[in-house]
Amino acid sequence: MSGVCLTLKDVHISLHGKALLQVNTRIEPGATLTVMGPSGIGKSSLLAYVAGFLASDFSASGEIFLGERCLNSLPAEQRGIGLLFQDPLLFPQLSVAQNLLFAVPRHVSHRQQQVDQALEAVGLKGFGDRDPATLSGGQKARVALQRLLLSQPKAVLLDEPFSRLDAHLRQDIRQHVFQTLRDAALPTILVTHDVDDAAASGGSVIELS
Amino acid sequence: MLRAAPWLMIALLTLPVLAGLSAILLPAFGYLPALQHNGFGLMVWRELLETPGIGRSAGLSLSAALLTPLLSLMLVMLFLASTSGTRWASAMRRLVAPLLAVPHAAAAFGLAFLIAPSGFLLRLISPELSGWQRPPDLLILNDPLGLTMMLGLVLKEIPFLLLMALAALPQLNADQRVNMARSLGYRPILAWLWTVAPALYPLLRLPLFAVIAFASATVDVALILGPTLPPTLSVRIIGWFSDPDLNQRLLASAAALLQLMITLSAIGVWIAAEKIVARLYRALLLSGHRRHGHALLNVLGKSLMVITLGTLLISLLLLVIHAFAGPWRFPDNLPAAWTLQHWQSVGPLLLAPLGNTLLLGLVSTAVAVLLVVAVLEHESRQGRKPAQILWAIYIPLLVPQVAFLYGLTLLLEQLRWQPGLLMVGFAHSLFVVPYVYLSLAEPYRRLDPRWQQLAATLGASPNRTWWHIKLPLLLAPLATAFAVGVAVSIGQYLATLLTGAGRVSTLTTEAVALASGGTRGTIAVWALLQAAVPMLGFAMAIMLPRLWWRKRRDMTGQLT
Repeated sequence: MSGVCLTLKDVHISLHGKALLQVNTRIEPGATLTVMGPSGIGKSSLLAYVAGFLASDFSASGEIFLGERCLNSLPAEQRGIGLLFQDPLLFPQLSVAQNLLFAVPRHVSHRQQQVDQALEAVGLKGFGDRDPATLSGGQKARVALQRLLLSQPKAVLLDEPFSRLDAHLRQDIRQHVFQTLRDAALPTILVTHDVDDAAASGGSVIELS
Repeated sequence: MLRAAPWLMIALLTLPVLAGLSAILLPAFGYLPALQHNGFGLMVWRELLETPGIGRSAGLSLSAALLTPLLSLMLVMLFLASTSGTRWASAMRRLVAPLLAVPHAAAAFGLAFLIAPSGFLLRLISPELSGWQRPPDLLILNDPLGLTMMLGLVLKEIPFLLLMALAALPQLNADQRVNMARSLGYRPILAWLWTVAPALYPLLRLPLFAVIAFASATVDVALILGPTLPPTLSVRIIGWFSDPDLNQRLLASAAALLQLMITLSAIGVWIAAEKIVARLYRALLLSGHRRHGHALLNVLGKSLMVITLGTLLISLLLLVIHAFAGPWRFPDNLPAAWTLQHWQSVGPLLLAPLGNTLLLGLVSTAVAVLLVVAVLEHESRQGRKPAQILWAIYIPLLVPQVAFLYGLTLLLEQLRWQPGLLMVGFAHSLFVVPYVYLSLAEPYRRLDPRWQQLAATLGASPNRTWWHIKLPLLLAPLATAFAVGVAVSIGQYLATLLTGAGRVSTLTTEAVALASGGTRGTIAVWALLQAAVPMLGFAMAIMLPRLWWRKRRDMTGQLT
């Protein structure tokens, strides 16, 4: 699988006139850039800017490229950028399979089959009809990742996705996520304040202060 | 399309009010060409001021306007102070919405059945305690000071203020404030009164102004419980308006303008009093009182609220009893026999008013919900809210109904618009939209923005996200807002009477029309139906989302 690069060109973000951060970088397919720093520094606003829903209180400049394509003028849903939040956020009104089906683009053929395969790939075969509220924390995290992949993103943002997991699960899920994203050749930005996350990602690190 | 929604709503809520008020301006000064009045001057005002008892009517409106909100506010604050952080508060939350659904007229009739000289309360103590063998000759209902009317208003305004307070409290971190003050040695109730109440009050201000406006100009409650010789100003306006002598409309216009001035001065007096009370309150707060009066406040806060809400509940129960009561001699506590006779006599007359009521309620609420959702969704996509919206919402609630609705009716008559369901529905929406907005705005804004962001990163367009994600997540609050809208529409008396030119009959107009001269049995049947329809709506609003989501654990009970 061959991916494209995610490029952040002179990205500046400020809040009410106070500069928060500036980033100028290029992330290769399958590589992970880790952004670290204390809370309140604007790490999450960087992700919001790249994803396309930065709150109007912030002002930001700089260009975002996926391969040769500039994303700045595109709305979030057309950017091809997937996002994992701190919580798995499985839609509570949909079944597990419906959660996945919601993510599969319409033009894809055999959508249902894709969903079944995605469940099977993480050992959740037969869980499709379940209420997401009945899954364990680890299962939810896996479903959330599969859902992200089914939406066929070109790049991925991770917003402290392991911080709410129990310690014994964290290691496992972390390995699983990074391995999966590497195999899919997706450029990734990880925001975290956990040094273990940064180490496990195996990529370069930017420290904000 | 969405972009137009906020402006559409602001226009819908403000323009008819402004048009209605301007339409009474000229007739109030003697100019009404349609009736060959072309003069201009103060004759009408002179006539109005010379009308017997006009000062008393105006005084009644003013005192109701000030005492009703004052009593309601004190009761609500005391109750919240004495129950903060206890199970009472959550029990009350569940009870408040259905009580709010009861229309003013139904509550007023129930109260009349309770406290009239031949009512339930005196039957309970007769003849054993009182010695009365027949109803005493006391002027309890329609008392000349309007005290019973104010009691009826207070009973209905308390659930309203409670609901507004309970909705506002979560943003204040009440528990944290109380704990802080308690750690400084203040007893819990005083801690609440000193630290939470001053922060809560500003959030209750607009609702309180709405209570002032409603109490100063109520017509249905005044017709049922209010004084008759003379009645309140609002009742007299309606009398002049429906007088066969069309020239009385000049008088009605001037009186409507006077009504507006009374309401505005009541709000003015309230604002002036706020400043004085705030100063006294601060002095009291800083005096360091931390123990005195705690026990008294505790008992008062809980017992007064139990009495108030209990009165409302018993009043409703009395509607049920009277609706099935056969012969019921005075000192007996219960009827001697039960009968369906009242229902049989009302039955044949029921179809048209019930149909109109449901049609008006469902259509005006459907339109209101669509509009409000469009406004809130626009706000959520823009990430900012226009500040004018909240004021626009309160315009129809702050201007006395009788003043602008009367003007609006005059205007529509001059434009030769046919009175009918369409106009009545339009008038209802002036009140349905604000309450639907007040009910839905909080839950809509509280919805975790990450759901929307997540859906977008999965490639879903804003519209697809709305249908598949937001609509299901907001189903419960939407159902509640719908029930609120239907209840508000059903409660409308004046809007139906005026814009329908008396030709559109609903459960409410039929019930209120019986206030003078109906038998207790038929009154009870109409009032009971009037109360039952909105309560049924609330029951469905609570049940349906739970049934719908019974297989989704995280969807039941979290978003009500």
